Amino acid sequence: MASTSKPVYDSASYRVSAISELKELGKYRYLLGQLIRRDILTRYKRSVLGVAWTMLNPLGTMLILTFVFSNFFKSNVPHYPVYILSGLLVWNFFSQGTNAAISGLVWGGSLLKRIYIPSSVFGVSAIGTALVNLVLSLVPLVIVMLVDGAPFFLSMLFLPVSILLLTAFTLGFGLFISSLAVFFPDVAEMYQVLLTAWMYLTPIIYPESLISARWLPVYKINPMYWMVKMFRLPVFEGRIPTWQEFLPAFAWAIGMLVVGWIYFTSKTEEYAYRV
Amino acid sequence: MPTVSEVIEEKIQFSTPEPIIQLENVSVSYRLPTERIGTFKEYAIRKLQRKIRLEKFWALTDVSLQVNRGEVFGLIGNNGAGKSTMLKVISKVLKPTKGRVVVYGRIAPLLELGAGFHPELSGRENVFLNGALLGYSRSEMESVFDEIVEFSELEQFIDSPIRTYSSGMFARLGFAVATAHVPEVLILDEILSVGDEAFQRKCNIRMKSFQQAGTTVLMVSHALDMLEGMCNRIAWIDHGKTQKIGEPQEVIAAYRGENL
Repeated sequence: MASTSKPVYDSASYRVSAISELKELGKYRYLLGQLIRRDILTRYKRSVLGVAWTMLNPLGTMLILTFVFSNFFKSNVPHYPVYILSGLLVWNFFSQGTNAAISGLVWGGSLLKRIYIPSSVFGVSAIGTALVNLVLSLVPLVIVMLVDGAPFFLSMLFLPVSILLLTAFTLGFGLFISSLAVFFPDVAEMYQVLLTAWMYLTPIIYPESLISARWLPVYKINPMYWMVKMFRLPVFEGRIPTWQEFLPAFAWAIGMLVVGWIYFTSKTEEYAYRV
Repeated sequence: MPTVSEVIEEKIQFSTPEPIIQLENVSVSYRLPTERIGTFKEYAIRKLQRKIRLEKFWALTDVSLQVNRGEVFGLIGNNGAGKSTMLKVISKVLKPTKGRVVVYGRIAPLLELGAGFHPELSGRENVFLNGALLGYSRSEMESVFDEIVEFSELEQFIDSPIRTYSSGMFARLGFAVATAHVPEVLILDEILSVGDEAFQRKCNIRMKSFQQAGTTVLMVSHALDMLEGMCNRIAWIDHGKTQKIGEPQEVIAAYRGENL
């Protein structure tokens, strides 16, 4: 073993920053892959249908919602199942991803107390798992579109961009909320209530045309309004977003990611003391 | 990183003591709230009232010590004396509140055996997961996989889910993963008592081979006789302070004298 004159670790100069955490995450990319793999493999390991549940789950929810709400909105929304499912996929990704980020950091916390691991690895892998599920659940979307006879548009090629924006926003928010949940355990519970309210404030099961013009500006404050739009426009309306529609989504995605990452890393040194 | 067998073949020459871990006046304090504050509302109210009282608990106070390259260094002390905190400060888990820690080598901490194992995954899958948690890459794990299986004597069971393992099998696999690579610094927190006698002998042989390969070992244990046999030096920690550092026999005798 070669003797090293330069220290591998010096607490005096060691400081977790947004940049250093990014480098550490790069070094631990193998762990990142392993954690995603574990979460996907183990979630349905003992069920007969296995990973197929990733696709059956949104399909079932969509069927119920369609059954319950189609009488209300049938007249103004053609291909209502496609409308619902395209919004539901976005919402499921967001709520599952952020919740997994919270539970991932709590689980990882028991390890963070004993060995050094860059703490962001748990949140990032949680979003990574949700991303795999999102891509898988595009399969039932296509099936529903075929069954319902909905048209396929060339604009659907825009979806990778939509997914990228949604992922950035969800990761930023997931890091932020999981960090908060470490310091205030009640946050995890409050968040469930918030999510329910948030979902109903986002046009997912009801058409946007139902929102009165007076309230529309208020709805547009909601970042998830824009994220859902990025999905619905190319899938449902058959066009790519205009700049006016794209820029708010882009600003929310990048802004949330930067803020979430900086906030999360600024608290990193305290996690081992707290979680 | 070389595997165990590779390094045993290499001959390492010892020279004058060279520090690998240095603690300079290290203090660590945990801030313990006097009452648990779990909600925003409580927090906001108390913050306004300036009523958040945090009691500082010093787990370590003004500890200075040096561990030399190639040494087997033991830590003893009663429960709550600060031994584990010291290991955490050294392995980058906790940043010291005061003072400075410098480490001149890559540390392979021994995760509590099997912590991080997932019961539904097979032994094989868990080896790679656990290795990744310890900071190894895919190729680093692939190069030692066969040796891990052989050492843990789990050839027949490596593809069965870990939930079907006995506690002994579980611990053997954990130990095999954590010691698959020869580290520069190995940290052992009260874990050398796993498995049956035959496996313990195997563990001891592996620890000895590490020593020969030049690994520095830092170990915490309550098994004083074992420590006396293995360590070059021992530090006795009490209430966050070093009471005595030196020859194993002397330090253990002093510790026993105090605690009888």
